[in-house]
Amino acid sequence: MERIPILKMGQFLLVTIQVDMHDRLALTLQDDLTSQIVRHRARGVLIDISTLEMVDSFIGRMLSSIASMASLLDAQTVVVGMRPSVAITLVELGLSLQGIRTALDVEKGMAALVAAVAETEGVNERSEV
Amino acid sequence: MQAKGKLSETLGKREAEITSKWLELQAAGGKKISAAEHAETTRTSREFMSAFKAATQKGSTDDITGPEWERVREIISDLSASRAKGGYSASETASFVFSLKQPVFSVLRDEYGKDPEVLGDAIWEATVLLDKLGLLTTEAYQKTREEVISRQQQELLELSTPVVRLWENVLALPLIGTLDSARTQVVMQNLLDAIVDTRSDFAIIDITGVPVVDTLVAQHLLKTVAAARLMGADCLISGIRPQIAQTIIHLGVDLTNVTTKATLADAFAVALRRSGQTVVKMDKRVAAEAK
Amino acid sequence: MNVLKSELFELKASDDIVPVRQAARRLAVSIGFGIVDQTKIVTASSELARNTVDYGGGGTARVEVVQNDRRSGLRLIFEDNGPGIADIGQAMTDGYTSGHGMGLGLGGAKRLSHEFEIISTPGEGTRVSIIRWK
Repeated sequence: MERIPILKMGQFLLVTIQVDMHDRLALTLQDDLTSQIVRHRARGVLIDISTLEMVDSFIGRMLSSIASMASLLDAQTVVVGMRPSVAITLVELGLSLQGIRTALDVEKGMAALVAAVAETEGVNERSEV
Repeated sequence: MQAKGKLSETLGKREAEITSKWLELQAAGGKKISAAEHAETTRTSREFMSAFKAATQKGSTDDITGPEWERVREIISDLSASRAKGGYSASETASFVFSLKQPVFSVLRDEYGKDPEVLGDAIWEATVLLDKLGLLTTEAYQKTREEVISRQQQELLELSTPVVRLWENVLALPLIGTLDSARTQVVMQNLLDAIVDTRSDFAIIDITGVPVVDTLVAQHLLKTVAAARLMGADCLISGIRPQIAQTIIHLGVDLTNVTTKATLADAFAVALRRSGQTVVKMDKRVAAEAK
Repeated sequence: MNVLKSELFELKASDDIVPVRQAARRLAVSIGFGIVDQTKIVTASSELARNTVDYGGGGTARVEVVQNDRRSGLRLIFEDNGPGIADIGQAMTDGYTSGHGMGLGLGGAKRLSHEFEIISTPGEGTRVSIIRWK
């Protein structure tokens, strides 16, 4: 069955979402990510949407689900590479993608993940005291 | 009543003669054209005559909006559009149809000269018809000219609002002059594209040079800030003068989530800070050496 | 208004949404829509197609190139014989749920188009039509 490949990069997982994803593929991706986060004890997920020419509410919900689910598994999420035309349309559509961290590209996304993970470490340490 | 149909009859009988006289008149028109343009005009004229003749035979000469006149309207429309793009004047375009009057009248006079009343009616029918067709050329011509101008304005727009790279990671967009909705949208898109191209995490939209900000412009500004955020960049607005600040409040536009600064310099300082950079004054010795 | 091109699509399952999006993109490009306009109409088509599949019990989508005397545009018409919407005003309000998420689709599609029309009769079906002009 067709699946979206998930790459391991250090303590993070990298997913590149290609065009015209259909429902089954989206659900499979979420399942795969869940198991991979646990298996590799990944601290972060980087989702690259730079080839997506469109993001609709379905994909938006999927991204939100992934972020929530990852967070429950103690992993941070960053979405990178959103195209200007997609961003403009999302604003018009009214989809805010609230709670989802974004960055311009993979490199910046990685830096954002490192910072986000460090932040949560800090919080965890403090609360343990 | 008797004269109806005389025009189409005449066109049927003496099409070739009318066409060649018409082509002569057009060539003598005075505009210098290339051999290719000349051949094109000849071809179009012949097509027109044939469609014109058919339309007068099949349809009414009173109403050129009917389906029998569609081919004629099409030819006129295409010709006018192509002349508008080709730099012909409105008169040069309209003369395509109007110069047809003389050959038609002279042939009508030849056919019906003996019967003044019939001749008069036939000439009247022909002139009213050709006037209508001539007016069609001006309408089509104008429409094309407007499209050309609009496209040129768009291109000018894109050239006249450059995005400036203030520093590594920081872009500035100094907006100058009045902003209309169309211009603002183009400009904003350019900024977002520049953010991607330069991989800048910060963009400053400076509106010092904008005298009036209305609801639409304010909304576009906000949408741009929101879009930049979605992409992962931070967007600040600078240059909000007191009057504009008041307008924005009265418009009910919500700027609570947007960082706004009075000057571009202030906004730049904020962007630098947020990106973990700062400007440091060199000590005197180093500064002297740098000169 | 003249209809210069018209393509009809069956919408039975979520897989059927992709061809509608692709047709919208293709026709938008063919009449010279800029990238932002393309994205807006394609996104609107995806939202409405999804509504037809998820809430309308399936139906049809028509993707058309239209023209009126001043300009050309893209029109999309979504029809279903589903349960229909009892309170359209409420359905258009974002966040309204009759399952989840339909409100965002309708309101969103309206914001992304220049013209928006909806006719719905409970028990008979729904018809949504949107136009985006060049």
